Amino acid sequence: MPEHAGPGTTSTVVAATPQRAVDVVVVGAGPAGSAAALEVARAGHSVVLLERGPYPGSKNVYGGVVYGRVLDELVPRWWEQMPVQRWVTRRSTMIMTPTQALTVDFRTQAWAGPPYNGATAHRSDLDGWLAGLAEKEGAVLVPSTVATGLLRDTAGAIVGVRTDRPDGDLTAKVVIACDGVNSFLAKEAGMFAGKPTGHVTLGVKETLRLPRSVIDERFGVAGQDGVDIEILGCTRGIPGGGFVYTNLDSLSVGVVVDPHGLAGKRLRPEELVADLKRHPAIEPLVRGGELLEYSAHLIPEGGYDTMPELVGDGFLVAGDAAAMCLAAGIWLEGVNFALGAGMYAGRAAVDALKVGDTSKTGLASYRRMLDESFVLADHRKLRRVPGLVLGQRMQESYPAMLCDLAQGLFHVDNPQPKPGLLKLVRRTLKRHGIRTRDVVSDALTGVRSFG
Amino acid sequence: MTYDQPAFDDHMSTVDFEVARRPHITVNNEVCRSCRTTDCVYACPAKLFVPTSDGGILFNYEQCFECGTCYQVCSGQGALSWTYPDGGHGVAFRKG
Ligand SMILES: Cc1cc2nc3c(=O)[nH]c(=O)nc-3n(C[C@H](O)[C@H](O)[C@H](O)COP(=O)(O)OP(=O)(O)OC[C@H]3O[C@@H](n4cnc5c(N)ncnc54)[C@H](O)[C@@H]3O)c2cc1C
Ligand code: SF4
Ligand code: SF4
Repeated sequence: MPEHAGPGTTSTVVAATPQRAVDVVVVGAGPAGSAAALEVARAGHSVVLLERGPYPGSKNVYGGVVYGRVLDELVPRWWEQMPVQRWVTRRSTMIMTPTQALTVDFRTQAWAGPPYNGATAHRSDLDGWLAGLAEKEGAVLVPSTVATGLLRDTAGAIVGVRTDRPDGDLTAKVVIACDGVNSFLAKEAGMFAGKPTGHVTLGVKETLRLPRSVIDERFGVAGQDGVDIEILGCTRGIPGGGFVYTNLDSLSVGVVVDPHGLAGKRLRPEELVADLKRHPAIEPLVRGGELLEYSAHLIPEGGYDTMPELVGDGFLVAGDAAAMCLAAGIWLEGVNFALGAGMYAGRAAVDALKVGDTSKTGLASYRRMLDESFVLADHRKLRRVPGLVLGQRMQESYPAMLCDLAQGLFHVDNPQPKPGLLKLVRRTLKRHGIRTRDVVSDALTGVRSFG
Repeated sequence: MTYDQPAFDDHMSTVDFEVARRPHITVNNEVCRSCRTTDCVYACPAKLFVPTSDGGILFNYEQCFECGTCYQVCSGQGALSWTYPDGGHGVAFRKG
């Protein structure tokens, strides 16, 4: 039995008595884990929330926009408490080539008041707040502690976790694995058997300090309003994308990129961020920003078809650990899915404890609740989107083609007369070697996914 | 136009680490010497894999983000032994 967590962990078989140290152990105090612990504690059961970092959020990195509506079910008037930097009232999608940028820019003041839509927040603030909510309901947060493997009874049911504390075995009636993208516990439990693995994207980010008034001016916002820019075409043909988000007095600028694509192009991730910061459409926004923190993290990007089994005997998997993150170009949502899944996992554990059956059958309500909610409904609907958005056409051909099309439309070439639109489209498609057939097929995939 | 991209050390100096005694990741140079892709050299966001003149890899675990990218991209059987650092050690992001 290795005493450290990693890809090589194995379970320990213990002689389990029906007596357990606690009702539920939740591994990982990210959004999924804290939501799960909150629901279990609220129902009056004992629950320990294990976190390997010294404080919640210390190991976690994201872009950073949280979509908070899922919190309606957990915390009344959550927007009055959540540690928010800015409320997103302006959302832009930018497609670029090294010298061009075409932006669809949307803003609405409907998102500037309760119940809002997206909010920027730092993970250390957000994760700390969420874990604090669980603690207030009676969950016991145990930081600086790694779950290094699973405990099983002789029949294979999961009956607890081993930790790296002295006397660190902790038995429980239900273990909820919310340990994030590397998902070592679910792998150890065999939940990924027969599933495609390795569908991860690397995210790297710089947090850049700028005075609040400068951000307000450059991004055209006031008060606590903020901006979210998602970018396609900024990763030199390696599948991925970029982002710029406004915090109160800093910006989050980064790229997400297929890590398998870097060596082939002899590129490093921080070079792609530097590229983005130099781009003529981005440089004026980030100019002079002082680097506060450089950070990186993996993202599960495979979507629905790469999700593991979610329920085992005495075992549930939620959040990034179950690949529930939606990472598809202009969408980068994982915190909301993690919160939703964690909440349902907590409720399923409570259902099972109530009837005294924490087997796979007793815990089955988890899958049902997920199926009926946005968590799996959205993922099922969008299952083909990762492939579409990360494909070569969406990554390289379309951004270049659309930018050229826009340039063709706006370019005044007197004394040449203006070209007709159809002709311009046909000419641009041809120049970029794009077949109408592919455009139609991609459009259909898009319509089927989003229609 | 010139652009001030701080050197990579300046990037890493913005991150806090509670360095543990135990190296939580180790590299087996026997395997790396016959690796043709050296994906780790390009993909590790903390730039911890440095190729050496004899075709091996110099690796220092101390400023690791614990992201998992290296073991995901490495195709060398047994090249990496990969674990999380023990509780409380390793990277501690302040913003994230
Ligand atoms: C660059 C980037 C940008 C992103 N942008 C966005 C965005 O803008 N909006 C959005 O909604 N989502 C975004 N995401 C996705 C989002 O961060 C994740 O989907 C979300 O954090 C998942 O929450 P979780 O609770 O499942 O996992 P995590 O947040 O990863 O939490 C897992 C927790 O488990 C702990 N842990 C792991 N293993 C163990 C162990 N063995 N023992 C004890 N503790 C353990 C970890 O320390 C961690 O605290 C982004 C992700 C990245 C990387
Ligand atoms: S760690 Fe893996 S990818 Fe890196 S050089 Fe060694 S074998 Fe190659
Ligand atoms: S875990 Fe991430 S930061 Fe650490 S060595 Fe591997 S790739 Fe580099």
